[in-house]
Amino acid sequence: MRHPPDHGFQHNVPSEITPRAIYQGRRRWLAQLASGALGGGLAGWAGREALAKVPAKGTALPGAKSMLAGAQASDRATPRNLATTYNNFYEFGTDKADPARNAHTLQTRPWRVAIEGAVNKPGVYNIEDLLKLSAMEERIYRMRCVEGWSMVIPWVGYSLSELIKRVEPTANAKYVEFHTLADAKTMPNLGSPVLDWPYVEGLRMDEALHPLTLLSFGMYGEVMPNQNGAPVRLVVPWKYGFKSAKSLVKIRFVEQQPKTAWVKAAEQEYGFYSNVNPKVSHPRWSQATERRLGEDGLFDRKRETLMFNGYEAQVASLYTGLDLRKNF
Amino acid sequence: MAAVATINRWLLHPAAKPALFLLALWPLGLLVWGAATNTLGANPAEALIRGSGDWVLRFLCLTLLVTPLRVISGLSALARLRRMLGLFAFFYGVLHFLTYAWLDMGLDWSDIVADIPKRPFVLVGTLALLLMLALAATSFNRAIRTLGAARWQRLHRAVYAIVLLGLLHFFWMRAGKNDFGEWSIYAVIVAMLLGWRLWRAQKRRSARRLLTA
Repeated sequence: MRHPPDHGFQHNVPSEITPRAIYQGRRRWLAQLASGALGGGLAGWAGREALAKVPAKGTALPGAKSMLAGAQASDRATPRNLATTYNNFYEFGTDKADPARNAHTLQTRPWRVAIEGAVNKPGVYNIEDLLKLSAMEERIYRMRCVEGWSMVIPWVGYSLSELIKRVEPTANAKYVEFHTLADAKTMPNLGSPVLDWPYVEGLRMDEALHPLTLLSFGMYGEVMPNQNGAPVRLVVPWKYGFKSAKSLVKIRFVEQQPKTAWVKAAEQEYGFYSNVNPKVSHPRWSQATERRLGEDGLFDRKRETLMFNGYEAQVASLYTGLDLRKNF
Repeated sequence: MAAVATINRWLLHPAAKPALFLLALWPLGLLVWGAATNTLGANPAEALIRGSGDWVLRFLCLTLLVTPLRVISGLSALARLRRMLGLFAFFYGVLHFLTYAWLDMGLDWSDIVADIPKRPFVLVGTLALLLMLALAATSFNRAIRTLGAARWQRLHRAVYAIVLLGLLHFFWMRAGKNDFGEWSIYAVIVAMLLGWRLWRAQKRRSARRLLTA
């Protein structure tokens, strides 16, 4: 990949991309080298780390480069192996490495998403129908976690508004609620009291209709890995990462502001809006800076966090007149 | 018991302290190796800050384990290793603070000074570290003589406050995510270590009352 400073992220011409078989072979070779060169327990440890970094085999899910304003971040994309091994998906465990370890149990076929509430056309969509509902686009978004780290991820999907238009919300639909799967048989951490399952997130109707709000089915040109929220998830690039609910099974149109999982868990720490905002600190840490994973070195100073995660030009108008300190 | 006598003999061996010293540096070695080979995962800074913090609590627990183990098992020679364990708790505490100050705050001291009182869990951790500094500074033999054994012991009872502050620090850090699984393991261990001391103090007090009655 080339990253000229004036052009930002660019794809290589296809002939320059290393075929997967070759780079996986290289990683296997490195893993073998690691386990051979080091003795005893250390070898297993190092080898396991190296193996964990071999990306799981994914099915291609191409998307046309999105022309939408803000949809092609000029930042350097985070290496895929980091974006697929460092995840917050508490249904599979609270450690960042747990989802990659445990989410293989998630059954993504058959998969249905229920559309309920204040709409003229409620119903249940098969994932196959959702995949065909609109043209797939590739969008490169910054993703800022409330914990103070960030990634840059090429998602594949289409604007959530494409789906919303088709189900015809009524005048009573003021908010949209997103429900993640809660299946104790395949999700090992559902017995934990960390959150009130199922994971529920929500957006105001105008936020949900904003073209940048993405219904995503894949990343890095491939079908969504389980640990990243397969088979379909939400991506709201100007809000902290936890707003982008994973593995959706229900989308509900409602009149009242939804009680979201994190608001229920710690109302004083996590607000309904949770827009990325460097000026409003989390009660336990500052949100002024962030560490870009895979890019910023260990001893680099953290970079400045941008208002609305750098999407101010596109989304600030949604919040005119709203006190963002009160509505954090 | 023969086994106890044998282990005591090992503990009294001149190589026992250097061996413990090297063993106690092993976690540091793993962290440095991980950072150098980039195998600490996607967020190595976080892994270093948390990894060093984990070892503070572990060494505090080990330090507090010495007396119960010595009394219960008769391994009296364990006592000579206690100071080193305590000093390693302080060592990892300093490392924990330095990784936070450097990797998280970019060594911006005005930011750090502002951050400490702003976040209760950072404040509590800093207090624990300052208390550990006081104990480390009075850990050598001459300090015991200068202070007098009784006063020295009273000062060093601050270790109980330190471990409780450390637990509170860890609890608050995890509170935002309601994730107390790992914390509760440390809490149970500390409760047993301190509970044993309370039980023993109680027993002594009632024995004394019987004598004076």
